[in-house]
Amino acid sequence: MDNWMELTFPSLSINEGFARSATAAFAALLDPTIDELSDLRTAVSEAVTNAIIHAYGNDRSAMITLRCEAEGKKLRVTVKDTGCGIADIELARRPFYTSKPELERSGMGFAVMEAFTDSLEIESAPGEGTTVIMEKELGRASGN
Amino acid sequence: MEINASKRGPRLHVKLVGELDHHSAEQTRNMLDTLLKDITVRDLTIDLSGVSFMDSAGLGVILGRYRILSMRGGHLTVTGMSGAIDKIFRMSGVYAIVDRV
Repeated sequence: MDNWMELTFPSLSINEGFARSATAAFAALLDPTIDELSDLRTAVSEAVTNAIIHAYGNDRSAMITLRCEAEGKKLRVTVKDTGCGIADIELARRPFYTSKPELERSGMGFAVMEAFTDSLEIESAPGEGTTVIMEKELGRASGN
Repeated sequence: MEINASKRGPRLHVKLVGELDHHSAEQTRNMLDTLLKDITVRDLTIDLSGVSFMDSAGLGVILGRYRILSMRGGHLTVTGMSGAIDKIFRMSGVYAIVDRV
């Protein structure tokens, strides 16, 4: 691993923007394209929002950990919560599935994370929190 | 989120300025729904050219307004999408039900 950073912040929706800005600032060290940065910001926003809404049910005192690791041109982003966990990960990953339709959620969170990164891994169990690991190679189109 | 709205007959044009994520979704939804309480509105155009960021929470806001309009026989049009927003709309199949300009 060449470089890394880790942030822990409370489960407040205002921190969705902070998390994606912090990730973009770290990723900028890897000389990404504008589109890659945009994809990354969106994917991180989805993961942090899921933690706030689904893992913690808007418990504002709960904590979320965001970790970014750089290895060569590859960035690994981990978003970890200690919330309720996911009983059926396959179902949760299904496009348009949402466990909270009353909140007018689109059910596209994991589908967006998957589409906007190179790989998406979800580790979760009921009552044991959720860890989302996303990897993306950066600087592909920059010629570096 | 900042909203600039103008109405002409049954047509309502709304320009959103800001970031449309879960944090701003509720406020944006409430402001749009206040405007949609006017039942003479049949065609809503949402101008996203001032939206610097949108994720699937924003998609939920757009789809929710589509449902409200379709229930009264109206239409929703989106315009001014950035490449990133267009990508989310395309992957979610939004353009099958929402017009784009």
